[in-house]
Amino acid sequence: MPNSLRAILPLALFAALVALLFFGLGTDPRKVPSPLVGKSVPQFTLPTLQDPSRTVSDADLRGQVSLVNVWFSSCVSCRAEHRQLMAIAKESGVQIVGLNWKEADKADALQMLRQFGNPYRLVAFDEDGRVGIDWGVYGAPETFVVDRKGTIRYKQIGPIDQAVWEQTLRPIVDQLKAES
Amino acid sequence: MRLKMLSAAGLASVGLAMGLAGSPTLGLIAPARAFTLEEFAFEDPAQQAEFRGLIDELRCLVCQNESLSASQADLAQDLRREVYEMMRAGKSKAEVVDFLVARYGDFVLYSPPIKPSTYVLWFGPLALGLLGAVVVLRAIRAKAKAPEEDLSEAERARVAELLAQGGEAAEAVAGPAGKAPATGKGARS
Repeated sequence: MPNSLRAILPLALFAALVALLFFGLGTDPRKVPSPLVGKSVPQFTLPTLQDPSRTVSDADLRGQVSLVNVWFSSCVSCRAEHRQLMAIAKESGVQIVGLNWKEADKADALQMLRQFGNPYRLVAFDEDGRVGIDWGVYGAPETFVVDRKGTIRYKQIGPIDQAVWEQTLRPIVDQLKAES
Repeated sequence: MRLKMLSAAGLASVGLAMGLAGSPTLGLIAPARAFTLEEFAFEDPAQQAEFRGLIDELRCLVCQNESLSASQADLAQDLRREVYEMMRAGKSKAEVVDFLVARYGDFVLYSPPIKPSTYVLWFGPLALGLLGAVVVLRAIRAKAKAPEEDLSEAERARVAELLAQGGEAAEAVAGPAGKAPATGKGARS
């Protein structure tokens, strides 16, 4: 090895280590990638939040592109993204299905939808969180993008704001709509 | 007065730290009550031990540095219940683990499986250790092989002269059993 290269090697190794650690700083360890992406949505049947005699099931997620949004009323970040969900429902025409997850008091969830509007075509009421476990939910809000065939194509962990919608979710939704 | 102000500042910073620590980033649920493992009882002590062992090996997704057995998060309790019910229903340990990995990924396992994406994790430290050993061995060998610096004719003559001088000087000062080598060194430097 030429001497000049040998002299520069420790510096190069150090720079590589710094680059690796810097990359590590920028990633959020709370965002655990979901093994469900690319798989079919889990089978489920749940009563709707509004009417226990009506049900929502995985069949409601087939035939059109959907967003499945996991939320509950006392979750601060869910409240924060609510306005954006209203805007998405209005603007994009994609159906948003809510999964109301481990709600402490149903009345609070209904009150939240009355007060801030209801962006959901359907809201499934998952009181004990078992369907949430099947979806690999570990902290609301989480949002799944599901294609027409009922395959999960993307998982958004954390609240959706305008930037997340414009830069991440809308391109995926548009692409899935274009797929036949 | 000064003391009061200091303690007020101290309290404020503690409050700030607590506020920061408690701020939810993803709106994760705070535990409403303390959970214990008492409710998860098995008739068979061996199965009980297997359950305790299993939930020790599984990670809570909410408090990521806690196992399922240790975490007080709401989700951890739900998952403990899920594991408990599956084991009560006669599912094997492997089936329970597969169930959780299918939903939450390998991250739920404290001990990640050995597969291509984890080769670096499993074998990286070993490879680095071997690389270090090779580098050290090569450095030692290179040093051992390097020829000792030879002295020129003139230098040899000078050394002989100095040694002779040193020997005489030492004998002159302390006698034959004296500190000849020390004096010799002194003469060299």
